[in-house]
Amino acid sequence: MRNERTVVGRPTPLIDGIEKVRGEARYTEDLPAANALVGRILRSPVAHGRIVAVHTGRARALAGVRAVVTGEDCPHGYGVLPIAMNEFPLARGRVRYRGEPVAAVAAQDAATAAAALELIELEIEELPAYFTAEAARAADAVALHDDRPGNIEREVHHEFGDPAAGFAAADLVREGVYRCAEVAHGQMERNAAHAAFDPERTQLTLWSTTQVPYYVHMMLARTLGLEASRIRVIKPFVGGGFGARVEVLNFELIAALLARAAGGTVRLALSREESFLTHRGRPQTEVRLRLGMARDGRLTACAAEVVQRGGAFAGYGVVTILYAGALLQGLYALPALRYDGWRVYANLPPCGAMRGHGTVDVRFAFESLLDTMAAELGLDPFAVRRANLLAAPTQTMNGLRVESYGLAECLERVERASGWRERRGRLGPGRGLGMACSHYVSGAAKPIHWTGEPHAVVHLRLDFDGGITLLTGAADIGQGSSTVLAQAAAEVLGVHLDRIRVIAADSALTPKDNGSYSSRVTFMVGNASIDAARQLRAKLVAAAAARLGVAETEIEAEAEQFRHVNDGRTLSFAEAAQAALAREAGALTVKGSFTCPVEFQGGGHRGGAVGATMGFSYAAQVVEVAVDEATGAVAVEQVWVAQDCGFAINPLAVEGQIQGAVWMGMGQALGEETRYDEGLAMHASFLDYRVPTIMDSPPVAVQIVESIDPNGPFGAKEASEGALASFPPAFAAAIADAIGLRLDELPVTPDRLTEALAQRKRAERLARSRERAA
Amino acid sequence: MPMPPEPMRHFQLNGRDCAVPAADHALLLETLRETLGLTGTKQGCDGGECGACTVLIDGVARLACLTRTGECEGRTVETIEGQGVAGRLGRLQRAFHEKLGAQCGYCTPGMIMAAEGLLRRNRSPDEAAIRAALAGNLCRCTGYVKIIEAVLAAAADG
Repeated sequence: MRNERTVVGRPTPLIDGIEKVRGEARYTEDLPAANALVGRILRSPVAHGRIVAVHTGRARALAGVRAVVTGEDCPHGYGVLPIAMNEFPLARGRVRYRGEPVAAVAAQDAATAAAALELIELEIEELPAYFTAEAARAADAVALHDDRPGNIEREVHHEFGDPAAGFAAADLVREGVYRCAEVAHGQMERNAAHAAFDPERTQLTLWSTTQVPYYVHMMLARTLGLEASRIRVIKPFVGGGFGARVEVLNFELIAALLARAAGGTVRLALSREESFLTHRGRPQTEVRLRLGMARDGRLTACAAEVVQRGGAFAGYGVVTILYAGALLQGLYALPALRYDGWRVYANLPPCGAMRGHGTVDVRFAFESLLDTMAAELGLDPFAVRRANLLAAPTQTMNGLRVESYGLAECLERVERASGWRERRGRLGPGRGLGMACSHYVSGAAKPIHWTGEPHAVVHLRLDFDGGITLLTGAADIGQGSSTVLAQAAAEVLGVHLDRIRVIAADSALTPKDNGSYSSRVTFMVGNASIDAARQLRAKLVAAAAARLGVAETEIEAEAEQFRHVNDGRTLSFAEAAQAALAREAGALTVKGSFTCPVEFQGGGHRGGAVGATMGFSYAAQVVEVAVDEATGAVAVEQVWVAQDCGFAINPLAVEGQIQGAVWMGMGQALGEETRYDEGLAMHASFLDYRVPTIMDSPPVAVQIVESIDPNGPFGAKEASEGALASFPPAFAAAIADAIGLRLDELPVTPDRLTEALAQRKRAERLARSRERAA
Repeated sequence: MPMPPEPMRHFQLNGRDCAVPAADHALLLETLRETLGLTGTKQGCDGGECGACTVLIDGVARLACLTRTGECEGRTVETIEGQGVAGRLGRLQRAFHEKLGAQCGYCTPGMIMAAEGLLRRNRSPDEAAIRAALAGNLCRCTGYVKIIEAVLAAAADG
C-alpha cells in the first residue's frame, strides 16, 4: 500500500460547486415545468378543532382547476418512526395546529389555484387548544391524540449508577432551571416538490427538497397505496437541510396526491411562510438540572428533568426526548445519572430534528451549571472539564461506546488559540471570554427500519470510457457528501478525483441509502465507498497482473498506473481498465457496503438505541463577547473552536461545516426564536425570524483535531453538528465573565438581557436598603 | 375572455439585447425565471427578506423580487448566468468555488451578484465594506466566514 495519501486529507472544493457558482445547479423549483399544474395548499385557520365538513364543490367547478384533494383522499397515516405514524398528508377528522394542511388544489396557473382555495369552505368545530407544555399537560386538557392521554407523547425515566449516593458524596450540589426557545432551521431554499404521475403506466416520479429520498419513497408507497416499484424519487440540488428534511413532509405527499388526482405534473412550491409552518424545528425545552461535584471538580452525579413542547404530531419526538437523556453521557465521565423526560403534544406546528438533534438544549444547561459550580469552587472552566475527561476506548453507563476521544486536545488547542490564560479577566469592562464543550454522533448506529439490509451501499461502475461512476443514495444537501465519497473512492483506487463522477439520490439508479441525518453519511457511506473501491481496485490489479503475466501481489497501483514492482513495466489506467473489462466480460459494477456491528447499537434498556454510534465527534470552543449594558445588545467578537472529527477527509469542507455549526448555535443563542399568538405563527418570515446577518457574524477560527477513529473511513468521524451545542453555553459564560450575570434562558435578546440587568439592580437596591435598615 | 397581450420590454440582459413580454405587475424575478428560463436567480423568501435574487441593474445590486420588469426598460440587467467569460468562471465565481464560499449554493448567485456590485464601485474593499455590501444577503450554511474570504480573494485577483 502507498504511504502517502493523495486525495483524502487535502482541501478540496466541492465536486458540484461549479454548477452552484454558475447558477446552473437545478433545485426543485428550477426544474422545467412548462406543462406543470400549480399546486396550492389550504391550511387550517384554527389551532384545534373537529372537521365537520370540507366543501370543495365550488372549487372543483372553477374553470382551470384540475384536481382538489382533501383528507378523504388519503386514509393512510405516515410518520418517520414506525411506532408513531400519527400524521396524515391532509387533516382527517381533526385539525391540530394553525397552518395544518386541510385541502389542496392543482390548477392551470397560480391565480386560478389561489382563487380555488378561496372557494373551499371549511366547517370546523373548535376545541380547546394548548400552546404550552404546561397547559397541554393539565388534568382536564383534551387529548390531541386519543391514544395519548395527558398529551404525553413519550415519557422517559432512566437511571444509571447510584445518583443518590453520588449526590451524597459530592462536596457541592447545585440545581438550575434552563429554558430554550423553539428555533427553526431556516434553510435558504423553501420547501418544494415536483410530482409527475403517468396514469397510463401507473407511475409516479417525485423531485423534492429532501434529505431522505428513500423515506419519502417509502411513505409515498404507503400513503398512495402504490407498489414501491412504480415510484421514482429524485433529489435534485437541495438548498440546505439542517434536519428540517430528515423525515417525509406533508407537502411531498400532497404534491403526489394532486398529481395522481390530476393525472399530470404538479409543482408545489411553498412560500417562506409555509416553509416555516411545515417546521420540524428544535422544540421549546425546559431543563431542570442538578449536578454533584467533588472539590477537585470531578462530577459525582447528574439528575436532569427535561420537558419538550413537541407540537401537534409525533415526527421524531420520541427520538428527541431520548437523545436529550442519552447525550448527557459520552462527553465526560459521569458516574451516576437520573434522567426524566417528557415529550408533550401542543397545538403548534410539529417539531422534529434539528442540527445537534436532542443535545443542544441539555448541553446548554449542563455546561452552564458546570461552569457556575466550577466558579464557586474556584476552578478554572478548562480545569473542571479536564477533571472529567473520559479515557477511550470506554463504554458509558448507558451503553455508548467511545472508541476515539480528542477532547483533551480540543481543550488545549482553543485554550492556546484564544489566549485564554493571558486574556481572560483583562479585556476591559463589558467584555468577556467563555468556553464550553460538546459532542455528537457520527450516525445513529441502529437504523429506524430494521430490515436486515446494510446501513450503506455504494456502487462503482467502470465501462469503456475509463470513467468511474459512483452511485450512491446519499443526499448531498450542500454539506459536501458526494465530494467525500468520491475522495474516498479515488484514494483507494489511486486515481485522480476527476476520474470519478457521482450520481446520487435517484431511486431508479442509485442503491438505497437511509439519508442525510445524524451525521451518518461520511462515516457509514464513506466506509461503503472504501469497500467498493477496494473491490474495484482488486479487479483492476488482477487484470493488470494477468496482462503483464505476473502475480497480483507484484502490482502497485497508484497515480493512475499499474506497475510491476520489480521490472517496472506499467499499464496506464485506461489499459488496466480495458484489461479488466475484457477479463470480467464487459462493464463492471462492484458493490461496497457497511453495517454498524450490533455491539455498537446501544444499551439493552428501552430506548437504548438512541444515542448509540460508532464514533462521537468532540468540540471545545471559546467565545469572546462585548456587552452593551445600555442597550442589552451582545456582540460576538470572535470564536475559537476545535473539533475532533477523527480525520478530515476534506479539511476545507470540515472547516466550513464547523464554522456553520458554530454560527447556527450563535443564531439560537443571540436571537432566533419562533413566536406564536394563540397558535398563529408570528415569526414566519426572515424579517421576523432573525437569523444572524453578515454584520452580526464573527470570525470563527477553526482547529481540526484528528484522533483517527479505529472504525471511521480513514479514521474520520462527523464534522457538521458537534460544535453547535457548545456555542450557547460558551456565549452565556462569556456574558457572565463580561458583566457578572449568567443568563439561563435562550435566546439572550436585548430584551431579556436588559430585564435581567434591571432585576439585578432591583435586587442590589433592596439589599442596600435592608443593610441600611439593619 | 382573451387577455390583452403583455407589452414587450427591452433591455440588455447579460450583454445581449433582450425583448420579453411582461405585464405591468410582472416582477423581474418572474420574468427571468419563468419567461426566460434563467433559474440561476433564486427566490428564498416571500419578498425582500433574503437577497437570494440579487441582480445588477445598470451595474448596481438590486433585488429582482422587488423590481418590476417594466422598470428595466432600456437598462442593463446582469444575472449570475452572465458572470463567466467564454465558459470559464468569473473571478468571484472562482473564489466562491475554491474558498468554499458556497455550501448548499442557494444564496450563492445573489451573494456573488451583490459582491460584484461592490467590486464595480470599490476595487479593493476591506472586510467592513464587504460586510456592508452583503448585509442584505442571508446565508444559512457558512456563517459568512468563507464568503468574506472569497470576496477578498476575488478582489485581490483583480
